[in-house]
Amino acid sequence: MKNFKLKFVLFLILAIFWVLWNNSLKPEVLIAGFIIIIIAVLMFGKSVDIFEGIKLNPKALAFTFWYIIVFVVAMIKSNIDVISRVLNPKLPIKPGIVRIETKLKSKMARLILANSITLTPGTFVVDIKENYLYIHWIEVCCTAQNTENQNKITQEIAGKFENILMKIYE
Amino acid sequence: MDILQIIGASMVLIGSLVLLIASIGLHRMPDAYNRIQVGTKASTMSVVFVMIGFIFILPSWFGKFFTIMLFVMLTNPISSNVLMRASHKKGEPLSSKTVIDNLKEDEEKEELNKNNENGTF
Amino acid sequence: MNEIAQTILLISAGVMLLALVIIFLRFIIGPTITNRVIAFDTMTVGSLGLIALIAVIEQRQIYLDVNIIYGLLSFIAVVVIGKYIEKSL
Repeated sequence: MKNFKLKFVLFLILAIFWVLWNNSLKPEVLIAGFIIIIIAVLMFGKSVDIFEGIKLNPKALAFTFWYIIVFVVAMIKSNIDVISRVLNPKLPIKPGIVRIETKLKSKMARLILANSITLTPGTFVVDIKENYLYIHWIEVCCTAQNTENQNKITQEIAGKFENILMKIYE
Repeated sequence: MDILQIIGASMVLIGSLVLLIASIGLHRMPDAYNRIQVGTKASTMSVVFVMIGFIFILPSWFGKFFTIMLFVMLTNPISSNVLMRASHKKGEPLSSKTVIDNLKEDEEKEELNKNNENGTF
Repeated sequence: MNEIAQTILLISAGVMLLALVIIFLRFIIGPTITNRVIAFDTMTVGSLGLIALIAVIEQRQIYLDVNIIYGLLSFIAVVVIGKYIEKSL
């Protein structure tokens, strides 16, 4: 079967969600779930290429856990940041849309990167074109257009997520 | 068991307060881009806090609460991204405080290139 | 469930309801379609928490199934409105 590994990843994700949602390990529930998941995998087998480049080894798993920790910390920080901005009577914002370049090729990795950027402090993905992400930033650090500033912006917004995602995908 | 329930209930209270702050933010922010920043982040975080609180209260329903939490964390940023991309393309106004708009510059450049190519014929 | 926890849950239900009313004001004011859809999105995601809270107080698991379908429909609605704004307006 073509793309067997990617289909197996899809099967695994669906199976985990089925067991979590039904909250039981009874045989009849498992068999019904197995049949439904097989049908779903066969139906959506063509668009399974979003998982391309995923690695299935212990090192990638360890980095996934590390990524979740980094992400949760960033998310809590982001909310403290938002709350302090909203409740501040002066409303300290300096918004703008900036452009950063990403090195990630895999579709799934880009989706996770964009989602993470949206949920972390002060940044929000507006558009993705080829290798560029356009980000609405609530407090732009530097407005002059040159390479040095571009690198600084990229590092500040996406740096820590991109490094870890490079190790899981690619 | 009682102490776990009280911890869980307090987390639900924190989640509801985050949602209240989001609702105030929707009125204070000057334009749609800043509003959706507050709206998406705070509402996602509110659901996450509420669900973690309920896991403390009723550990036997763990799977359902956890699935709802993951679902919201995955879908909420995507839907707001689709909405804002469309609005920016159709010229949703930015507030006067905005300092830079790279996306608009690049789109105008692309448009110009297209027109030039057509003009040579 | 113990009494203190139940009281705190009821208070947070009140706070959430207040928040939803304030967001609904933005839905009425909202100068453009984008502002209205933002208010709608925030409102539906916020009410996911409220529905789950009712499920816990009433001890009925079936409400959680309603909850996830509600979230799914709100997600699809926002994506469809986004596509509509992009193509024709």
